[in-house]
Amino acid sequence: MSNSGQNTVTISPAPSGRLAQSAAGDAERAAERAARARRLTVRTIALGYLALLLLAPVAMIFYRTFEHGLAPVWDAIAAPNAQHAFWLSLEVVAIAVPLNTAFGIGMALLLERGHFRGKGLLGLLIDLPFAISPVVVGLSLVLVYGKTGWFGDWLSEQGIQIIFSVPGIVLATAFVSLPFVVRETIPVLRELGTDAEQAAETLGASGWQTFWRVTLPGIRWGVVYGVVLTTARALGEFGAVSIVSGRIEGQTQTLPLYVQDRFENFDSTGAYTAAVVLALLAMATLLLMNLLTRRTRGRMAT
Amino acid sequence: MPVRPTGALGKGLLGIYLTALVLLPVAALLAKSSSGGTSAFWRAISSPEAVAAIKLTLIATAIVVVVNAVFGTLIAWMLVRDEFRGKGVVNSMIDLPFALPTIVAGVVLLALYGKDSPVGVNVAFTRVAVGVALLFVTLPFVVRSVQPVLHELDLSMEEAAASLGARSGTVLRRIVLPSLAPAIISGVALSFARAVGEFGSLVLITGNLPFKTEVGSVYIFGQIENDSLPAAAAVSVVLLAAALVVLGVLSLASRRLSRHVQ
Repeated sequence: MSNSGQNTVTISPAPSGRLAQSAAGDAERAAERAARARRLTVRTIALGYLALLLLAPVAMIFYRTFEHGLAPVWDAIAAPNAQHAFWLSLEVVAIAVPLNTAFGIGMALLLERGHFRGKGLLGLLIDLPFAISPVVVGLSLVLVYGKTGWFGDWLSEQGIQIIFSVPGIVLATAFVSLPFVVRETIPVLRELGTDAEQAAETLGASGWQTFWRVTLPGIRWGVVYGVVLTTARALGEFGAVSIVSGRIEGQTQTLPLYVQDRFENFDSTGAYTAAVVLALLAMATLLLMNLLTRRTRGRMAT
Repeated sequence: MPVRPTGALGKGLLGIYLTALVLLPVAALLAKSSSGGTSAFWRAISSPEAVAAIKLTLIATAIVVVVNAVFGTLIAWMLVRDEFRGKGVVNSMIDLPFALPTIVAGVVLLALYGKDSPVGVNVAFTRVAVGVALLFVTLPFVVRSVQPVLHELDLSMEEAAASLGARSGTVLRRIVLPSLAPAIISGVALSFARAVGEFGSLVLITGNLPFKTEVGSVYIFGQIENDSLPAAAAVSVVLLAAALVVLGVLSLASRRLSRHVQ
């Protein structure tokens, strides 16, 4: 930096006397007032935006659901198709989430610890589900596993039906929720390092023993966080499942599909009730996520 | 030896899973979209209805990400620099659109802004509804990418600039925004990819009217229902390419800018 450049910063002479002090105090107070006004303006705008876009609509659906009391809500929950949709959704989650968890941990190990060509490309491929429309996911699966798809003839010879049945729903769900466990596990794996694992190996532990006793306990909170995100996404998946399931009432209709079905049949109580059930599950997920982040932070602080 | 993805068996299983789930389906999509040659592909994506749907998707997404950039940054700023009661609740509420199933997002918006609106605002079956639904589902991206950066941002730089007489507008323009720009851009990129392919939150509230409120993903859905899979695949490839190109360009820009700031 040149000398003249430094000279442009003029330092005002030290204030002397009461007058100067109070002037400086005034200026400080004015600046503080301005900062306060700024904070309040931003707060008003930001909270107003959140209230209009998020809070008011979500509150409204709870009000609409319960405005005629609990009896219609109870009937809506007890409806056979609602029950079937709910349990089907849980069944799909119970298959897709463990699959993605096992895959996610393995893939995270491979991406974080492995050395091979095309690692960057593999990482991109894992993230692909985040960039693909759910509808396109459904279409892609139909093109492979559907009746006219690549494996269609072979599958029907074996008597296996994937599209328009539960396995297709599981595939679609697993596809859209694929990246979460991988992405949440990689950073904790990096943080964990390899010292403890090396020590275990030196002491004679086998690869599997080291994995179960050292690696997995070390990364468990990252994995759990990923599992929570996977579950939330899996439970709510709509577009991809809508295409591969065929939306057969009481057979391949998951809870999100049931919401649409009720809504389009002008059964608003049925639609709102199912939506509220899903919303409550989503909020439980949020709560769990918050607890987990706090837990991880606490652990890091100690 | 640190734990490695155990042996050939583990790698094989990972490979089979990824191939069966992602690789083959995406390959089948590309194959189907080009099954009739370039001219068929071109015809599929240049049909008036497809063009209208793609155009609406891209324009709505572009508007939505700009709004997201502004409000997302404001919300992040409030969450980091402001203190008030209930801030923790607001902070955890931000992630709700990620946790909420997309179809529920649509129902939720319709409950307040649909035909039974208690406040008399009915945007159902209009293009405004497309924007509102997309804003809802993409809300967290910019907030969550700007928040940690703002948290790490050194206050002393701003204070120094202010004490040297810089106006708050100048501080914002010269110090705060340049430091936040990479995070804002990466949030925008994620919002864009999400919005371009969004489906669930739109099906109920937009009414899916061709040439009016029908977005790309809804058009693809219609083509699948009509059993014209090549056309569906062709438009899918266009949407996917748009998402990937924007993600690539913006993440490059974000990385460049952050290097520049450092």
